[in-house]
This record gives sequence, C-alpha cells and structure tokens, in this order.
Amino acid sequence: MANTLHFDLVSPERKLASVTATEVSIPAAAGDMTAMEGHEPTIATLRPGILRALTSEGVRAFAVTGGFAEITGSTVTVLAERATPVEELSGTLLDDLIDEARELAKVALADGRDDAEKLVNDMLALKTAAGH
Amino acid sequence: MPSLKALKNRIASVKNTRKITKAMQMVAAAKLRRAQEAAEAARPYADRMNAVMAGLSAAAAGNEGAPRLLAGTGSDKVHLLVVMTSERGLCGGFNSTIVRLARARANDLLAHGKTVKILTVGKKGREQLRRDFGTLFVGHVDLTEVRRVGYSNAQSIASDILARFNAGEFDVATLFFNRFQSVISQIPTAQQIIPAQFDSAAAESTSTLYDYEPSEEAILADLLPRNVATQVFTALLENGASEQGARMSAMDNATRNAGDMINKLTIQYNRSRQAAITTELIEIIAGAEAL
Repeated sequence: MANTLHFDLVSPERKLASVTATEVSIPAAAGDMTAMEGHEPTIATLRPGILRALTSEGVRAFAVTGGFAEITGSTVTVLAERATPVEELSGTLLDDLIDEARELAKVALADGRDDAEKLVNDMLALKTAAGH
Repeated sequence: MPSLKALKNRIASVKNTRKITKAMQMVAAAKLRRAQEAAEAARPYADRMNAVMAGLSAAAAGNEGAPRLLAGTGSDKVHLLVVMTSERGLCGGFNSTIVRLARARANDLLAHGKTVKILTVGKKGREQLRRDFGTLFVGHVDLTEVRRVGYSNAQSIASDILARFNAGEFDVATLFFNRFQSVISQIPTAQQIIPAQFDSAAAESTSTLYDYEPSEEAILADLLPRNVATQVFTALLENGASEQGARMSAMDNATRNAGDMINKLTIQYNRSRQAAITTELIEIIAGAEAL
C-alpha cells in the first residue's frame, strides 16, 4: 500500500470530494504540480484546468476554475470557485466559461489585461484537455 | 353586541387565516431545512478560506504596500453599508432588526461627520430605509427572481462592491445581515468586509509554515476579492436560513393566536345564541301567562 494523503475538494456551495488519494495533480497558477504524501506545506493558487486525484478506486478528475490549494504533508485541500466532475462536463458549459473569460478580458484594465487573456487561454486549454 | 351572523362570519374568516398561516409555517419549515443544509454545505469552504486568509493577512498586515482591500485606503470618511434583507414579508421582526441595526450605525456615522452610502439587497429593507435615508441609496440588488441563492449571486454582488471600491467610491464596507442561531433567535450582525478583518484565533491555528506559489503577495491579491464574494455568500445563506426561521416562528405564533381567537369568538357566539334562546323563551312564557 502506497503512502496516502487525504484529499478534499470544496466549492463554495458544497463539498465535492473527500477521499484518500495516493497523489493529486493540481493545475497551479505557475504550472502543474503533483502532491504526494510528505509534500512540503504549500499554498498555491489555481488556474482553470483539470484536477486529478489518484485513489484506490481509480482516477477522479475535476475541471476547476480559480481558487487555491492548500497542501500539507498528509492532506490536500482544494478550494475551487467552480468545480465540476469531468464526466459531467459539457461543451456548452465550457463555452459559457470561455465567453465569460472573454468578457472579462474585454473590460479589463491595462495592467489586468495580460491576466485576463491568460485566463481565456487557460479556459481554451481546459476545453481541449476535456476533449470537447 | 355583534349579531350572531356577524360572529359566525368572523369565526369562519379567522379559521381561514389560521389555515393560511399554518400552511406558511409548514412551507417555511421545509425551506428552512433546505436553507440550513445549504449553509452547512458552504461552511467548510468559508472556514478554510478564513483560516488561510487570517494566516496570510497576519503576515502581510505590517508590510508597506499591503493590498488596499486589506490595509484600507488610509481614511475612513466614506462608509458603504450593505443591508441584506428579505424579498418577502410576513417573517416577524426579521427585517426590522436588521434595519434597526443599520439605521443606528448610519445615524452614528452621520453624527461623526462621515459620508454614508447604502446598498440594499432585498426590497423589504429598502422600503423601510427609504424614508430616512432615501438620498443615500447608491444601488439595489433584486433577488426576487432567484429561487435558490447560489454562489454566482454572491459573486455579482461582490463584483459590484469591488468595482465601487476600485472606483474610490467608499473607504469602508460593512455587511448587515441576520446570523442564524436557531428558529427562535437570529442575531442581527454587522460585519466589516473592506478593509478585511479576520479573527486572530483562526490565524493561530494555521501556524504551519507554508511555501507560497507564486508568492505570498500574489496569493493575497488573488484571494482578497474572492474572500469578499465568500463573505457575501455566507451572509446570504445565513440570512436565508434566518428568514425562514423567523417566518416559521412568526407563523407559528400567528396560528396559535388565531386558535385562541377562534376559541374566544366561539364562546362569545355560544353565549349570544343562548341569550337569544333565553329571551325567546321568556317572551313565549310571558305571552302564555298574559292569556
């Protein structure tokens, strides 16, 4: 039995997952990272992407938008603004998100424009990753 | 002395009222359960958020150039009061208690020479505040069409507040809502959200030293606006549960009062009926004796 850590995924409206996992890959703002047992305590912000948790019953994947992840040696807690299990993802939902991000990019101030455009690209990448 | 017919009508009408209040009470009870579940489900997110933010802000508070959402604008001249009330009435003192607290705060601030702006959520509070502070209203959020409050509602309110803050419209923002304690007790609460305040007890529980990615400042800047939305969401949910709780107990009282009234009216009705019979008998007997 590999060493495990406790993985919680919560959105503002409900708790989506609370399972034991051997590793969790997180789409962090600065690049993907994978947390395993004994990981250095870290707090990282998320970019839109696919979150994967490797559990004893297989891989559980969620599409997440912004939020943050809190990693300690034995737990991973992800607070995502919006999170959807990959099985429930639909093209229209993603398109809505992309449109929303584009709206934001349009109204963003000069110093926020880069971030907003990055958000659009992240959303597009998320759509590709989800296979839609 | 009202006539027998009038009394009978009165009893029937009170009985109808009782049926309605009874039904409203049961509906409120069902909605309360759902509202409580929603509030319960939102708690882990808000708690974690609060703990992390408390840790982060404790570290950043002393620094020069801390984000304005945390450190404030450096003055406290203009206050924004976000008054959250219900869209529907018949919920006892629910709206009045919030409005009373907000009104006291507004008067206090005005007396100290500050500028007050009011953003109302829910039309009941707006109606109550209009007479005194109608000129101070800067906006209104209508949730009449919203059947279930979701995070997106909170987000849109929060982004409205943040846009006003970034435009320099106010220095301090405070939320007014009822915190759900139990069905019979809801506590009107004023919570300052900008500049953000965190209880230090939560900060101490997160004494673990974290690595921050990308950087502590970047995370703080990213999370502070989200935290506003989270706090608005928590307030909306607490308010929703409180509203149903208040309505339930108000309707319970109304049902009981209607029952008491029916008993009283029934006694009165029976007495009048008996009196009428007695009078008739006396008349008959008197008539028979006169023969």
